[in-house]
Amino acid sequence: MTTSGARALRATAALGLAALTTSLAACGAPATSAGGGGRTLTVLAAASLTDVFEQVAADFEADHPGVTVEQSFSASSTIVQQVNEGAPADVIALAGQSSLDPLAPELRLGPPVVFTTNTLELAVPADNPAGIGGTQDLTKDGIRLVVCQPEVPCGTAARTLFEHLGISPDVASFEPDVRATLSKVELGEADVGVVYRTDVAAAGDGVAGVEIPAADNVVSSYPVLAVSGSPLAQAFIDEVMSGRGQQRLADAGFVAP
Amino acid sequence: MTGRSLTSRLALLAPAWIGVAFVVLPLLALLVRADWPHIGTHLAAPVVGESLRLSALTTSLTMVVVWTLGTPLAWILARSDHPLTAWGRALITVPLVLPPVVGGVALLMTWGRRGVLGGWLETTFGITLPFTTAAVVMAEIFVAMPFYVISVEGAMRGLDRRFDEIAATLGAGPVRTFRTVVVPMVLPGIAAGSALAWARALGEFGATITFAGSFPGRTQTAPLGVYASLERDPQAAIALSLVMLLVSVVVLGALRSRWLR
Repeated sequence: MTTSGARALRATAALGLAALTTSLAACGAPATSAGGGGRTLTVLAAASLTDVFEQVAADFEADHPGVTVEQSFSASSTIVQQVNEGAPADVIALAGQSSLDPLAPELRLGPPVVFTTNTLELAVPADNPAGIGGTQDLTKDGIRLVVCQPEVPCGTAARTLFEHLGISPDVASFEPDVRATLSKVELGEADVGVVYRTDVAAAGDGVAGVEIPAADNVVSSYPVLAVSGSPLAQAFIDEVMSGRGQQRLADAGFVAP
Repeated sequence: MTGRSLTSRLALLAPAWIGVAFVVLPLLALLVRADWPHIGTHLAAPVVGESLRLSALTTSLTMVVVWTLGTPLAWILARSDHPLTAWGRALITVPLVLPPVVGGVALLMTWGRRGVLGGWLETTFGITLPFTTAAVVMAEIFVAMPFYVISVEGAMRGLDRRFDEIAATLGAGPVRTFRTVVVPMVLPGIAAGSALAWARALGEFGATITFAGSFPGRTQTAPLGVYASLERDPQAAIALSLVMLLVSVVVLGALRSRWLR
């Protein structure tokens, strides 16, 4: 190897190593850098909160200049799993109080507060090809029903609903979270999906809702709590509990606890 | 050894070993975090057996289709001088780099109930593919076939043209030449391509969950089983992951000395 070749190689190797270390260090940095100029608040929230929490975060950012709210939406059980494994988060908002059970005790920095509730509804494609008119049609022959997988809150709620109704319908697929369930209906691949009332409202024209009688329906409570010592975490929870935050939730179809 | 050459050697060795550690450590972590004293109980969890059985079935069907379609395709790509062949080769390799979930969306748009072909399939024959085991096989074929075609094409390309010419002068037609001369001579390439394609089919997740959904015993393959059980029964997820890790290591280990060079 020529000298210049060796030098180039060495330089490349050093650069590569430097790049690797910096990028790894950047990945490892906590999301809440309260001491820095711009401050970031990381919120992990249940998939059913996707649209309404984007509005709440926008309200919060407007009132707290220089603060950026970073949000990630997924199944509540996934969120708890991620936080237990060390995912950086300041606030978690979950569907279903039992979702909190697996949360590590040292992460419960604040008492969980139930900030809203939700109920189930049947989602059907706008043209309702299978003619679903109510829960009695869930056991009709040949319909394709999708629900959340039993490990996530909307799946547990769906199972409770079937118990209330005394039915065990054929399920085509157990989807990873409520929005995945909804999208199978929206695409027309499923004839009916069991989702939250608020998901049907958020879906717009592609999806129609079929009510579930209150006597059979399942009410899910949504807890929110701080999992970091960031002062912004409590401020964000206050925003959720405020009149404005509760109005946002009500507009999306959630019901005050 | 001079100090200078030692530094220069370190400049290569250090990143190389960091690279090795980066890949191997997470695999070791699976071994460390597994609940070994009760591994038998975790392996007996329904999700483990059920999803492995489904994976065995779907990947076997996938390989039958991949061999049937992929081998002639590789031969045509290897021997064709047509200018469009290069484009054909590029297109067939797209799934190698395409995010699997995009493949799933594409399959849904094609074969879904409102898909380009799926709507017609349903109205004409009453066949719907999403949420079926057939959909799992289709997703696996989509992601695995390119691995097979590329490996086998490479082997066939290295084959001396004189063999097919001699076969032709002896009176063999193209199909007979292909069957009795070409395929036997590239068997090592076929074995390597098959192993890679099979391993890819076994690991397929994104296209499957998008196109086929997740139903135990019907569409929930081993990777989907890992994902679904991670939240309820993490130790079952780890046990299932260990089985898949073992299978992957065995497949690549078997190929290591003989065919993957």
